[in-house]
Amino acid sequence: MNTKVTLAGVELKNPVMTASGTFGSGVEYSEFVDLNRLGAVVTKGVANVPWPGNPTPRVAEVYGGMLNAIGLQNPGIDVFVKRDIPFLKQFDTKIIVNVCGRTTEDYLEVVERLGDEPVDLLEINISCPNVKEGGIAFGQDPKAVEAITREVRRHAKQPVIMKLSPNVTDITVMAKAAEAGGADALSLINTLTGMKIDINRRTFALANRTGGFSGPAVKPVAVRMVYQTANAVRIPVIGMGGITTAEDAVEFLMAGATAVSVGTANFFNPYATVEIADGIERFMAEHGVEDIRELIGCVK
Amino acid sequence: MKTKLTARVIRQETLSDDIYSMWIQADAIAKEAVPGQFISVYTRDKSRILPRPISLCEVDAERGRLRVVYRIAGAGTGEFSTYQAGDRIEVLGPLGNGFPLDAVQGRRALLIGGGIGIPPMLELARRLPGEKQAVLGYRNTQFLREDLEQYAKVYVATEDGSAGTRGTVLDAIREEGIQADVIYACGPTPMLRAVKAYAQENGIACWISMEERMACGVGACLACVCQSTEVDDHSHVHNKRICKDGPVFAAGEVDL
Repeated sequence: MNTKVTLAGVELKNPVMTASGTFGSGVEYSEFVDLNRLGAVVTKGVANVPWPGNPTPRVAEVYGGMLNAIGLQNPGIDVFVKRDIPFLKQFDTKIIVNVCGRTTEDYLEVVERLGDEPVDLLEINISCPNVKEGGIAFGQDPKAVEAITREVRRHAKQPVIMKLSPNVTDITVMAKAAEAGGADALSLINTLTGMKIDINRRTFALANRTGGFSGPAVKPVAVRMVYQTANAVRIPVIGMGGITTAEDAVEFLMAGATAVSVGTANFFNPYATVEIADGIERFMAEHGVEDIRELIGCVK
Repeated sequence: MKTKLTARVIRQETLSDDIYSMWIQADAIAKEAVPGQFISVYTRDKSRILPRPISLCEVDAERGRLRVVYRIAGAGTGEFSTYQAGDRIEVLGPLGNGFPLDAVQGRRALLIGGGIGIPPMLELARRLPGEKQAVLGYRNTQFLREDLEQYAKVYVATEDGSAGTRGTVLDAIREEGIQADVIYACGPTPMLRAVKAYAQENGIACWISMEERMACGVGACLACVCQSTEVDDHSHVHNKRICKDGPVFAAGEVDL
């Protein structure tokens, strides 16, 4: 049985990755799962300098999911390179570093710092809904998407994944813009912008007022967007959004995703990533699937 | 080691209108848990995806049992309150760092619990060596007082004056002239702020247990941060993770 998939020339042992921001740099979840079993670990977003993030409360539960407004708290690229990359290098898994910034220069500084590091792929976060200056500002305008993709591509030594926002009218417009800018792959969806009001306290549940909606409830939106995107571009698509079980992962593969990321599910099942990797193999065995690539985009 | 397991409810009882006490069989967690740590408890209703962090009130390592005393704060804890002996419950733990027991070193310890911050003081009182006093702050209805009295000299403060000192735990400390060398406290933030200030004014070592909205409970998601006075070694900003670096902090480490 073959579970290997290739993403922009990088071979993953299986299509199961972690979704940025839900898995740190793997340290905390390595107490629960064997990181060697994962296709790739996608790190929490890292910027050129440390970011303190948003005030608390940063999370709120909603029906079938959650809202978060962490605000991309991160220790900055210097610490990340010294501490987190050596940790991940101990494992036989691919390393994908999620990069965030407020300005194009911020992104490029991180991308260049990572050029000589043992990092397999870069994921560029142009879709975080929780920081005003950066992230989303780049992700909702096709011209800006294309421009930042082109700049990053020009400075990056590793293949570049552009992480797209679902908070747009037509995801394929952004996907095509990233492809035109030279993206090697796309990942989607980032979180959907949401809001919760605490009716007893008559205030917002999150200090940031709005937050990113994730979890099982967003899956149908994500599957639809992955399907639309995979059919609009030639570059591979990494699918995510509410994946909780192996069946969910298979659904994304069939919609056209070459790989999948497990995010919010880690919070309620710290074993989720490896259970999903095992479950995909079980699904393949039960359905007589010899090669996982048979599943990718098989539903047209 | 942190473990997620299916525990069995041994018994559940009501301590006051909205405060419940539940003993669960959770061997792997009980074997390792220390006072001040907490567990993540998962609801059966899968529309509620996040675990509820609940502090450990008692740990019976020998019999592999944990006691949690919690307040019904919403639908999730409301569901927990319906569980009966024999029911199954998903839990993850032990989580967090716990209170430093060796901080007393034969000196006088003062345990301060406010409201639903009282439960972790029971296991702490059980395991802490030496002379112990406890001040418990309630709105009105008392709970866990008799449990604490087995291990410590207990003082009470109530907001309505129905028992003990009328007012806050600080009012009780002043009124009773309670002397201490080390303070351990858990309760609402305004109480912790007052306790921290009191300890600083009087040169008393002080440890406080904090809470915040959590998601992962294991230090990965960075939801439950508090402000640290110095740049933190892990975050490299003025943030500490309550679930992983805490919930217990030296009072001087954090800004409240």
